[in-house]
Amino acid sequence: MLSYTLKRILNAVVVLWLVITITFLLMHAIPGGPFTTEKNLPPAVMKNIEARYKLNDPLWKQYTDYMVNLTKFDLGPSFKYQGRTVNDIIGESFPVSFHLGMNSILFSIIIGVPAGVISALKRNKWQDRLIMFLTTLGVAVPSFVLASAFIHVFAIKLALLPAAMWNGFEYQILPSIALAGMPTSFIARLTRSSMLDVLGQDYIKTAKAKGLANYVIMYRHALKNALIPVVTYIGPMAAGILTGSFVIETLFAIPGLGRHFVTSIYNRDYTVILGVTIFYSFLIVALNMVVDLIYPLLDPRIKLGGKKEG
Amino acid sequence: MQLTKDSFLPVTRVNAEQGTSRPSLTYWQDAWQRLKRNKVAMLGLYIIILLILAAVFGPLFSGTSYSDQDLLQANQPPSGEHWFGTDNLGRDLFIRVLYGARISLAIGIVASLLNFTVGVVYGGIAGFIGGKTDRIMMNIVDILYSVPVLLYVILLMVVLKPGLTNIFIALGIAYWLQMARIVRGQMLVIKEQEYVLAARTIGAGKWRILLRHLIPNCMGAIIVTMTLAIPDAIFTEAFLSFIGLGVSAPMASWGVLASEGTNSLRSYPFQLLFPALAISITMLAFNFLGDGLRDALDPRMRR
Repeated sequence: MLSYTLKRILNAVVVLWLVITITFLLMHAIPGGPFTTEKNLPPAVMKNIEARYKLNDPLWKQYTDYMVNLTKFDLGPSFKYQGRTVNDIIGESFPVSFHLGMNSILFSIIIGVPAGVISALKRNKWQDRLIMFLTTLGVAVPSFVLASAFIHVFAIKLALLPAAMWNGFEYQILPSIALAGMPTSFIARLTRSSMLDVLGQDYIKTAKAKGLANYVIMYRHALKNALIPVVTYIGPMAAGILTGSFVIETLFAIPGLGRHFVTSIYNRDYTVILGVTIFYSFLIVALNMVVDLIYPLLDPRIKLGGKKEG
Repeated sequence: MQLTKDSFLPVTRVNAEQGTSRPSLTYWQDAWQRLKRNKVAMLGLYIIILLILAAVFGPLFSGTSYSDQDLLQANQPPSGEHWFGTDNLGRDLFIRVLYGARISLAIGIVASLLNFTVGVVYGGIAGFIGGKTDRIMMNIVDILYSVPVLLYVILLMVVLKPGLTNIFIALGIAYWLQMARIVRGQMLVIKEQEYVLAARTIGAGKWRILLRHLIPNCMGAIIVTMTLAIPDAIFTEAFLSFIGLGVSAPMASWGVLASEGTNSLRSYPFQLLFPALAISITMLAFNFLGDGLRDALDPRMRR
């Protein structure tokens, strides 16, 4: 277990280093540098700016400087916002995104798992058909369409909930559900197929033959085992919620990191794009690592050979 | 009792049991029959065919172009003259959605083909050679896979500048991972099957085994993955357009149209409705077809 953990951590470090390097080089491969789009600046001003952001240093020096700063968790200054660092921006706006993301994850688990279980138990009955239809819709409708529809119906037509900003519980409902649409559908489908798989196993027959109560069979024997594969979806789900937040936060004018990222893309604020990408990659890589480490504990059939499964 | 030759008659041979009573079906005919029985998948297929026809021929039959502006006719609701209404520059939305179909479908199909080429070659090589090569190649895939694909695409689009060709390039660079993984996995399984062993024992060469046994038996999984990659690409393009990294004006994909629609959501919701419907219906159709193909091509996977 220990050697596997160490190997996994080493692997994650290598992945992060590669991501940082590739992203860094990509951002510096943009022709002309970040300030050329600005209205014709006098050459002297241009020089000053470049000196201030150390753009005159050779690339390898910029790179090593950046890496050294990274070990101190310093992502450097923003190009567009005077006097603000990338750390400031992330520190301010990430908590909001985190809150929104957690809301959506909770919603998708609380709705998705029971929906999948009902669907599996009532296989091919109308409940199953209805749930499968809704989840297909949930996968097919892009989140920005869902969000716009929500705004139109619940905020404008019915005027039940606020359409924008982030000032309290009622502000969280629409964006959280809009962001949860796709993961909820995926979780429901995953739970359903995994539940059907488990219900066909011999130990369920044994449990039935023993005369156990139905809910004991369903809860203790079926659901517990059926949920193990759902855990593997945590990684992709987090990635989906994260990228989904770009759109949802922009539409609902939520001051989160996703909206900042989109704004920095519009503004071509390269240090912010670079820093936020690295931050996001760190989150996802760390999360995937935790899931990989937890998974064998949940499912004893998986052996730790130090080898990763494909 | 005397038995003479006359007491015996030769039995006329009945051939009824020999030969098959029905024509034998190849794998593809069999799969097609299974697919035809799946109503939802066929609905998806019909919608896709209709969409492609509309995208290719639709704009030819209209007098106006997707970029024709008529400011007097701006923001008109849907009517007999403008079926889907007009946008803020007075451009006919029906025509723009049809043109958008061209671009969005092209993006989906090209991305899926790129995905196919890169993924199948890469995954095929890794799975076929196996051993150390496989481990190194798959480690690279694992590393790339550990960061959300959309982040790469966004980064690439920031570097490459928005535009149709660059969307193709970015999607091509980023989206082959899944395909490579699936093809490699299939290769590893099929390589160990008895019929491959049998082929090897009777002296079939490496290339013959690869071309006659391994690749044809991977095709099912490859086609399913390709079908499901199309809506993925359309979705990604819509997403990119939404955050300002899509195709450039006056060209318009569905993503651009939807993104413009959200800006005027409060006053003219129909401007979002039609592009959004187009995207959703297309996604649904491809998902239906993809699921149906999976059931039809691999009956063991049916659930």
